Amino acid sequence: MTELVLDVRAVSAGYGKMPIIKDISVHVDHQQIVTIIGPNGAGKSTLLKAVFGLNQHFSGEITFVGMSIFNARTADLVPLGISAVPQTHNVFSSLSVDENLDVGTFAAPPRDAEATKAHILELFPDLKDKLKQQAGQLSGGQRQMVAVGRALMSDPKLILLDEPTAGLSPAYLEVIFDLLLQVRDSGVSILMVEQNAKQALQIADYAYVLVNGENAYEGTGAELLADDEVRRSFLGGGGAP
Amino acid sequence: MIDFINFYLIPGITLGSIYALGAVGVSMIFGILRFAHFAHGDLMTVGAYAALTAVWVLGIPALAAIPFAIIVTCLAALLADRLFYRPLRDLPTIYTVIASFGVALILRSIVQTVWGTDSQVYMTGFQKPTIFFDTFRIATRHIQIILATAALTVALHYFLSRTRLGKSMRAVADDPDLAAVAGLDTERIIRWTWIIGAALAAIAGVFVGLDTDVHTNLGWNLLLPMFAAALLGGIGKPLGAIAGGLIIGIAEEACTYPFFGDTLIAPSYKSAVAFVIMVLILIYRPQGLFRGRLM
Amino acid sequence: MELPGIAFYIVAFLTMGGIYAILCLALNMQWGFGGLFNAGIAGFYAVGAYTAAILTSAGSSAHLGGFDLPIVVGLICAGIASGIVGWAIARICVRLKADYLAMASIGIAEIIRLAIVNEEWLTNGSLGISRIPRPLEAFYSGRAAEVVFVVFVWLIVAVTFLVARRLQQSPWGRVMRAIRDNEETAASIGKDVQRFRTETFVVGSVFMGVAGALSAHYFKFFSPDATEPLLITFLAWVMLIAGGSGNNLGAIAGALAIWAIWSLTEVVTQQLPPDWATRSSYIRMLLIGLLLQFVLQRFRSGLFPEKSPKLRISREK
Ligand SMILES: Nc1ncnc2c1ncn2[C@@H]1O[C@H](COP(=O)(O)OP(=O)(O)O)[C@@H](O)[C@H]1O
Ligand SMILES: [Mg+2]
Repeated sequence: MTELVLDVRAVSAGYGKMPIIKDISVHVDHQQIVTIIGPNGAGKSTLLKAVFGLNQHFSGEITFVGMSIFNARTADLVPLGISAVPQTHNVFSSLSVDENLDVGTFAAPPRDAEATKAHILELFPDLKDKLKQQAGQLSGGQRQMVAVGRALMSDPKLILLDEPTAGLSPAYLEVIFDLLLQVRDSGVSILMVEQNAKQALQIADYAYVLVNGENAYEGTGAELLADDEVRRSFLGGGGAP
Repeated sequence: MIDFINFYLIPGITLGSIYALGAVGVSMIFGILRFAHFAHGDLMTVGAYAALTAVWVLGIPALAAIPFAIIVTCLAALLADRLFYRPLRDLPTIYTVIASFGVALILRSIVQTVWGTDSQVYMTGFQKPTIFFDTFRIATRHIQIILATAALTVALHYFLSRTRLGKSMRAVADDPDLAAVAGLDTERIIRWTWIIGAALAAIAGVFVGLDTDVHTNLGWNLLLPMFAAALLGGIGKPLGAIAGGLIIGIAEEACTYPFFGDTLIAPSYKSAVAFVIMVLILIYRPQGLFRGRLM
Repeated sequence: MELPGIAFYIVAFLTMGGIYAILCLALNMQWGFGGLFNAGIAGFYAVGAYTAAILTSAGSSAHLGGFDLPIVVGLICAGIASGIVGWAIARICVRLKADYLAMASIGIAEIIRLAIVNEEWLTNGSLGISRIPRPLEAFYSGRAAEVVFVVFVWLIVAVTFLVARRLQQSPWGRVMRAIRDNEETAASIGKDVQRFRTETFVVGSVFMGVAGALSAHYFKFFSPDATEPLLITFLAWVMLIAGGSGNNLGAIAGALAIWAIWSLTEVVTQQLPPDWATRSSYIRMLLIGLLLQFVLQRFRSGLFPEKSPKLRISREK
């Protein structure tokens, strides 16, 4: 039986008084990777920010495991079990890797922080011998791991990832996507925005295409990969659109 | 050489300790709230006078009056933040700088109205210096100030690197937006920043009174060396600010030592040393001597 | 009070009001146009006052000079001296975040104060410089002299106003206003804009020096007490924000309005019972401090809000 984790229904949201996304609907089930793709400026980041209470909501409804989180504040969402990794500036660069992970526990202390940390270091073994290093000195891929690790430290049910592979080499891209599959299998749902659409659709359980702030296409990752229209418009060449 | 240590180095470290304690607050507030707090010196003044009242009313020594000074100064800082700084939080920070300029004036004129403008001392009479190894003559108050500052430095380091609140503060200083995404309660962290900054300012204020006397311009006059210390240490880095304060305190005293038969500068220009250091830092190393934020 | 008494009071009010209007216009060039925070106005004011005092007063053994030079020469040199100080500090600070300039300007004011108090050969230390002349003193005396002086002051207000307007309407002035409030943009701007910022700061400093010189001529005597940083620096800031920073007419209106309030508080505090009378000047300071906070929170755009649309800055990433 699948359980609905996040339900975004006909949401309009944006900055100030200006709506950027209009009537968007997105669902995320338990232990699913849901990917959002779409051209630059389509409103993908805006959608994630809307879920995470970082901008203005105008209409619609958002529920998280059955509770309404429409117009909720970020600080209240973290304890509920949502965490997020922004697109850029997503680690505290002057804090050590260890401290970055610790910060992830402050807003919503997990039952056993040490065990959670150990679990995350199992997932990201690269970080094990870098714990004392400043996060700002790590490579791009390792910084992404720290960022995702920090988000996982609060034992969330859902994490929101904004372009976790932006700027990474293709080799690292595989690594990160592999890790995300493991994260999912450990019981965390993932809603992520991706520019590397083809690869992202390959690991996605379900996916949405956003254009001009509106839902354009949706389907399982495999369905969208097979769809001619989607392929032509959004997956041209296989890299970034 | 012995003379240098007794009459220049030790007083320099004492002065530097006072600058350091004040500069920590300036540096933390800059790191977390991102503005230069021009009322910080006057928070020191408030602390010095609060302790003076406790000394008068309760007849206790100045050091024992420190908790009282801390409470009054923290209240003043929290009130100033609530009434005058918080309403401006969403504007460019320079408006808060202007507001803090006004708070400096408000605090000082309250002190002047309540306590008058004559300078006061915590205690009268001559204290015999402690003599070590028959050569080092160190005033008791200097020993107290230096040891207390050393202890506070260790505590501050522990606080920032080990405790949850300390790490939260460093996280907010590093990237306030990301801290919000991580769900940290920024307003709570700001309150604690004020409490710590004001408490250290209060202690520094009492130390000034202990070292010299208590007067209403006490804190305002220290603003320049405190800013210089915070800049030298790299603004937003409290431990750097402590190092910066000590360097400036020692430099000020050392510059008046007759190394080559003549003093480097006239003693009345001591506070120019801080300014020169500040200018050099702004020209050559605006990021300060040390790396990292809030450490 | 009979009519001449009131008229006399108004002349005195307009004289100091005019001097503050010059300070305020100068500050508007620095802050209103350039976004450059000057917390050391009193220092520039003092440099101008002492330069003018030394150059125009009659010879004295107590301090350097005086050189008995014409007042116009004194005014020009006061502006130049103050402008040089402004140039030195601007060179260092224009490229940094506004707070750094704020801290450095506190420092420069402090050093100037130190020099004035300590260099007795130059300034006669804390005793100050006396017998500073006023313009056309030989021809007018008594109340007529006061009227002549107020006209003189307001002529210079007019000059300052014209210079400020030119600066504001120059092409760079427009660019500056567009980027002023955005520190990130300001930090990444090119050399040309830095040069314009330096220029606005220097021109502002020049007129702060001129304002100082005028006050020295007005009081005929100038000592370190007259450069109390709080009074001068604070009042100028309150005036500019209340008047409407970015707007030159606002700067003048703010100067007059706040100077009126400041003068009224004197009248009010004089009514206090005798043991409070000694404290009245502190209570006035307190009131001015609170007034600044009020203006900052409730009245930020001022009496004459800046006309050109401000660039909107989004706080979100
Ligand atoms: N903080 C903001 N304030 C106002 N508009 C914004 C803000 N952030 C993004 N936008 C606008 O919203 C639109 C969508 O942006 P975004 O959601 O970041 O797109 P995507 O992530 O799909 O590339 C863009 O037109 C952008 O200009
Ligand atoms: Mg985006």
